[in-house]
Amino acid sequence: MDILIIIEDNNGKSHRMGLESIAAAQHMSDKLGLSASAMVMGKNADSLASEASAYDLDEVLVLKHDLLNEYSSDGYAEAVKQIIESENPTYILFGHSYQVRDYVPKISAKLMRPFLADSIAIHFDEKNVSLTKQMFNAKLLSDINPSGDAPYLISFQSASFLSDDAKTGSATSREVSVMLDSSMIKTDSEEPFKEASGGVDLTAAELIVSVGRGIGKEENIPMAQELAAALGAELSSSRPVVDSGWLSPSHQVGSSGQSVSPKMYLSLGISGAIQHVVGMKASKNIVAINKDPEAPIFEIADYAVIGDLLEIVPKLTEALQ
Amino acid sequence: MKIAVLVKQVPGSESPLPMVSSQDWLDESQVAYIMNESDNYALEEALQIREKNNDGEVVIISLGPNRIQKVIREALSKGADRAIHIQTDGSYPTDPLVTASLFSETLKDENFDLIFSGLQSDDLGFGQTGVLLGELLNMSTATLAMSTEIIDNKIKVKRELEAGYFQWVTMSLPASISVQSGCNTPRYPSLKGIMGAKKKEINVITPPVMDQNQSIKKIYAPNSAKETVMVEGSVDQIVEKLVNIFRNEIKIT
Ligand SMILES: Cc1cc2nc3c(=O)[nH]c(=O)nc-3n(C[C@H](O)[C@H](O)[C@H](O)COP(=O)(O)OP(=O)(O)OC[C@H]3O[C@@H](n4cnc5c(N)ncnc54)[C@H](O)[C@@H]3O)c2cc1C
Ligand SMILES: Nc1ncnc2c1ncn2[C@@H]1O[C@H](COP(=O)(O)O)[C@@H](O)[C@H]1O
Repeated sequence: MDILIIIEDNNGKSHRMGLESIAAAQHMSDKLGLSASAMVMGKNADSLASEASAYDLDEVLVLKHDLLNEYSSDGYAEAVKQIIESENPTYILFGHSYQVRDYVPKISAKLMRPFLADSIAIHFDEKNVSLTKQMFNAKLLSDINPSGDAPYLISFQSASFLSDDAKTGSATSREVSVMLDSSMIKTDSEEPFKEASGGVDLTAAELIVSVGRGIGKEENIPMAQELAAALGAELSSSRPVVDSGWLSPSHQVGSSGQSVSPKMYLSLGISGAIQHVVGMKASKNIVAINKDPEAPIFEIADYAVIGDLLEIVPKLTEALQ
Repeated sequence: MKIAVLVKQVPGSESPLPMVSSQDWLDESQVAYIMNESDNYALEEALQIREKNNDGEVVIISLGPNRIQKVIREALSKGADRAIHIQTDGSYPTDPLVTASLFSETLKDENFDLIFSGLQSDDLGFGQTGVLLGELLNMSTATLAMSTEIIDNKIKVKRELEAGYFQWVTMSLPASISVQSGCNTPRYPSLKGIMGAKKKEINVITPPVMDQNQSIKKIYAPNSAKETVMVEGSVDQIVEKLVNIFRNEIKIT
């Protein structure tokens, strides 16, 4: 087996990054002439397998075990490690989800083979691959070469490949098994829960003014509130503003906050880290004010203002009133 | 309770990031360094556990060239007891397995009950060093911690999951926990702390050279895929143009 994709369970359905990984694997198969298979595991393995088998893959491996019914980092890491040892894939692909962050490094340590995490692109030079990764909070990119013997663990950032590009087909399923016992699992997990919500629902907002760390201090928050009021917009923020206690957690946009898609997202002093961008890039019009011309937010902005928000925002509010 | 905290020095978010001519690393002489954001939260979590239990030790572990002693001192001035500096000559390794292996070699005889790390470094951003180290030392691990609680010989961790979900996970010690930003309110060093830090021990260790399993070939600036309209001019001109864009292009009524 050349490429093995691990498809994550999201309540009985494939995690959205699962199909993106299939697209990534097919891209690699085309370029390198390799075969690609997927693996599903856990209590929803059957329904995930029927979803995955509708794609152009060699095989779908189905792994069931009592100790894999609920996710644990120890159980999942050990299971995937054993499958890697028995199936011998060269590349193991994952979507860079929170779950993958949690358990895939353990596989890397068990095998002492590299985990090329959060990659955004893959390049081929003869038979060698290199992976592109964002560094320095997305201000720079780097090309990374894995070295030494296979296998290589690779995860792709959300939307690095498009799920629509995954070619359909029909793959056969095969049951696989691993040896696990409960002493291997050192954690005891409770049910996932949501904090009692309340606060703002941004998902339906037409217009959003969003503040980042560039607002400088808590005393400047009213400046953004006034602009939002003048526009009739909701106020949201990036994570550091919530971490600092300047706005409540329900204001946070991003991978651990809300996902929004307003007609206009006016971003003030937000650098544009991927965990923020995934929550707002579906906005129809992105207007960004940032004093740093290199800020990654400008890569996705429709309208870019390179300037000091503390000077621009009060005047903008005034002009709109 | 013996607690290690991995603290990394990284370029500040407003620092220039000029490249060396070989384009495989930064020209470090022009970079302004700070403590990695999530490591600051990791340190605070460790200090609070020590204070709550009224005993124990918080040890700072950092790997890199001499310049990193600045953040080591900063951590000591916030209240950590001592530090281990794993000294590399140039920069640091760009393979997290090598970094974690050097940490595990250094820490294996210290028998820490807990290791705290940040969930991601703001420079290389591998997002895995704390878990790798925990696994190499055969510890329990958990990531994205939003709060922690010590109960008997266990640690209970509130983990952040995707899309606004959380989950409590309990595990036996020793454990390596990587923390998410926002899990507490990091303190500032006091004057007394800053004075006291000068007397605290920094144990400098020279690590062996290890082969990397991944290496950086090239670093470069991204280019934009989208067509962006630049709104330029004096502040007044910018404001006028923005109002015009809101009304006539985005059509905000
Ligand atoms: C697992 C994980 C989950 C995460 N989840 C989220 C999430 O849900 N949401 C989220 O937002 N982040 C999240 N993050 C954090 C994310 O990686 C970034 O650290 C964060 O988004 C940065 O916020 P920021 O842009 O406000 O701050 P910074 O990156 O510090 O940027 C501040 C910006 O303000 C600009 N600026 C400063 N002063 C001015 C001024 N006077 N005028 C104009 N511009 C100015 C600066 O040039 C800079 O670009 C997560 C990270 C991880 C690892
Ligand atoms: N050279 C280093 N020195 C100290 N701590 C480090 C170093 N590299 C990584 N870490 C720790 O590991 C965490 C995750 O780093 P990374 O895996 O590079 O994203 C950081 O937040 C630090 O706590």
